[in-house]
Amino acid sequence: MESINIALLIIWAFLFIYAIAGSIDFGAGFWAMYYQNQTDTESASIANRYLSPSWEVTNVFLVLLVVAFVGFFPGGAANLGTLMIVPFCLVLILLTIRSAFMVYSHSVKRYTRLFTIFSGLTGLLIPALLITILPAAIGGYVMNDGVNQYILVDKLFSSSTFYTHIGFGLATELFLSSLLLSDYAREANSMETYHTYRRNAMTLGPITLAFAVAAIYTLIPHAPWMFENITDSFRLILLGLSFLAFVIGYSALWWPAKTRRKIGQPRYAVIFIIIQFGLASFAYSSAQLPYLLYPDITVQDAFTNETMFRLLLFGYAGGMAVLIPVFIWFWRLFMKDKRYLLK
Amino acid sequence: MDSVLLSRMLFGSSMAFHIIFATLTVGITLMILLAEIMRLVKKDDDYALLAKRWTKGAAVLLGVAIPSGTIVAVMLSLLWPKFMEIVGEVIALPFQIEIFAFFLEALFLSIYVYAADRLGPVTRLIAVFFVAFGASASAILITNAHAWMNTPRGFDLVDGQVVNVDPLAAIKAPSFFVTANHVVGTAFMTGAFVLVAVAAYKLLHNHLSKREIAYHRKGLFLSLVVAFIMSSYTALSGHETAVMLYEELPIKLAASEGLFNTTDNAALTIFGTPSVETESVIGGIEIPGLLSWIATGSTDGVIQGLNEFPQDEWPPLFIHTLFNVMVAIGFTLLGLAALGLLFWFLRRKQEGVIYPKWLLAAYVACGPLAIIGIETGWIYSCTGRQPWTIYGIQRTVDAATNSGNLGILFFLFSVLYIVLLVITGLVMYYYFKRNPVTDEFQSTNDQLNV
Ligand code: HDD
Ligand code: HEM
Ligand code: HEM
Repeated sequence: MESINIALLIIWAFLFIYAIAGSIDFGAGFWAMYYQNQTDTESASIANRYLSPSWEVTNVFLVLLVVAFVGFFPGGAANLGTLMIVPFCLVLILLTIRSAFMVYSHSVKRYTRLFTIFSGLTGLLIPALLITILPAAIGGYVMNDGVNQYILVDKLFSSSTFYTHIGFGLATELFLSSLLLSDYAREANSMETYHTYRRNAMTLGPITLAFAVAAIYTLIPHAPWMFENITDSFRLILLGLSFLAFVIGYSALWWPAKTRRKIGQPRYAVIFIIIQFGLASFAYSSAQLPYLLYPDITVQDAFTNETMFRLLLFGYAGGMAVLIPVFIWFWRLFMKDKRYLLK
Repeated sequence: MDSVLLSRMLFGSSMAFHIIFATLTVGITLMILLAEIMRLVKKDDDYALLAKRWTKGAAVLLGVAIPSGTIVAVMLSLLWPKFMEIVGEVIALPFQIEIFAFFLEALFLSIYVYAADRLGPVTRLIAVFFVAFGASASAILITNAHAWMNTPRGFDLVDGQVVNVDPLAAIKAPSFFVTANHVVGTAFMTGAFVLVAVAAYKLLHNHLSKREIAYHRKGLFLSLVVAFIMSSYTALSGHETAVMLYEELPIKLAASEGLFNTTDNAALTIFGTPSVETESVIGGIEIPGLLSWIATGSTDGVIQGLNEFPQDEWPPLFIHTLFNVMVAIGFTLLGLAALGLLFWFLRRKQEGVIYPKWLLAAYVACGPLAIIGIETGWIYSCTGRQPWTIYGIQRTVDAATNSGNLGILFFLFSVLYIVLLVITGLVMYYYFKRNPVTDEFQSTNDQLNV
């Protein structure tokens, strides 16, 4: 494979991991807020038990994504940075409020509720804002008056694809986090909670799918070239498979379970829905090639030099070799160990 | 205001905010590690309690350090796009390795905090070791990029294009080793002094039980020893850094000292205001020959003055004051730490609080002073590099974004930082007030009986 394709694949993998992990993380924060007054089930405490050890690690994936992008595509990072300065800064502000208030809420019991509302709501908005990068990268929202660059806020706000993308971001976040938490709750033997999150996932699944389709269709007037790419035969196959994975994953919520009175196999639902997202996001991202930013920047223009590329590759290989055992240990301690889950 | 100035203000304030929390987590995680070691060595549960309460504080600080670090990392690309283009081509590696250090720290911190009851003593120690290791490693790695900006190596810029890239030469920038040494030493020193301040504040209270006094005395002594060692180290590494400036960045040294004309037997001027008209420092205390002696080891050493360089490359002259404040804080804190150890040595057989009240009061001031040292040091270093972002290669005006939306963003971030500073302070204060250490004496004993 050519170096540039390897680099693209790595970036895509990081993007995919963060899209999943970040959605679950922010969604769990939202559910922790949503259920905080409900004392008869463990819905909020299960969400918190998932979040407490994992949010810092999830945040590092965001930084990893940014740093990997700057390293592999310095030209792209520079242009995207200029373009996205306002939405990214808003994300950064929300992210800071969210993390800080989440930590505060564990420290000062008297204000836990208030602090949790801050962190839950700000977290809810982050994926919605982050995803606006997709329509913006397709181009057309920036004005250059020769001296300064401005985002065309009115144009952005009046385009339908902007809203369908935001809706897609919100729905995805809530859907994925419900799915994961239903699995997590079942692992913790909290059936009450399992059913709460399973019900959420049942409602949100079709909504997410509808927004995904709408997001692609509202692209047509905006970026016909991209729509054309998406509907070529290779990507149509990917999208078909993706749809199939969705159907399997969604139906797993009703699969019979081994023990009595239990319905659904949330583990399979999580796995198939993640596969579905992987296929769909691969189809979408590859359809944007060769452009990073349409029509100015192609991946070729933005790519780093060969020497740096090699070094970074070694760096990732070495770093992963060190970290993977730690990740496995982490997983066992917090996602598997009954002593933690049943606390 | 133009976008360059706004970019500088926005980025500078963001870094100044991040560095408070980042430095403290680097310093305090080392102290937690040491407390855990002491606990194993001395078999004394007060150290376990110290580690536990310090960890609680560190967790809150990290809750701000992590998102504020994310802010600065993303802001680099947002505000300095042309700079990051060069960074990506030449010095991307330390940024990348730093990610792995972050992962280590975040993973092991969760393990240490949330799985502590399921780990044996040695595994706990390993976990907390990697937390401290990850924090220090991230400080060293980011300093690598900073050092490269001061003494850039490993590439050429031809017509705006980066060519002849040699990433390893960039990493081995000549100022890296000395600078990293100084940065990490000062972070350890600051963490230790903040904990000295906390313990001293507690010991100033009347009506403490014997148990409490014994507990805070241990906290104070352990922190004081580290504070003394690290402030000695800081004085040495600071001296090395000044020598590095003499060799690599003479213009910065000249501006730091307000030295206009090249001379041998150059004087060290303490405080005062450098004046371009008189070409001297007005109102400063001069110690003849000392600057030559510090930089070159002999009073005959020739030090280049600002006039050797074109005036449009001079850094702002107020960095002289920043430099002096940093050095003054360094020697004050070193002296106070040494005094505390002396008191301890003379009165170590006594019961109760062995330090006089005035010394404890001075120690309370040491925490904030150390943080001011960090702030002035960094602002001095970054502002002293002006007008360059990459010294001698890329000017700050050429690195900045041309975005027109910066004014409102600067306002929003400023509000955010002020609010967070206040709330974080209040949260820490109330947490430790509501959960006094006396409540915990009983519960640790219980735990040990289980
Ligand atoms: C508690 C904080 C603290 C204290 C007491 C000192 N320093 Fe420092 N100094 C720093 C915290 C710091 C820093 C924040 O870590 C800096 C900023 C940039 C850097 O590389 O380290 C720094 C930079 C810095 C530089 C500039 C490096 C550059 O621009 O590349 C010099 C020459 C010194 N220091 C010298 C000293 C001396 C002679 C000290 C006397 C004891 C001293 N520092 C105490
Ligand atoms: C020398 C000054 C600095 C020191 C000592 C320092 C140290 C630290 C520490 C200890 C943390 C917490 C790490 C963790 O638990 O993950 C942190 C977070 C962070 N820092 Fe800094 N930092 C410095 C400057 C910078 C700069 C200039 C950048 C921008 C490139 C930066 C980027 C970050 C990021 C992205 C994080 C968040 C990582 C995460 O998500 O966990 N830091 N820093
Ligand atoms: C952590 C403590 C730090 C503080 C308080 C700090 C402070 C500042 C300030 C005040 C400025 C504006 C300078 C001016 O325009 O006069 C600045 C600029 C800058 N600093 Fe730092 N800095 C810190 C660390 C770092 C590190 C570790 C890096 C390396 C990655 C870095 C990279 C930059 C860059 C790229 C600029 C903008 C370009 C320029 O003005 O030269 N800073 N910083």
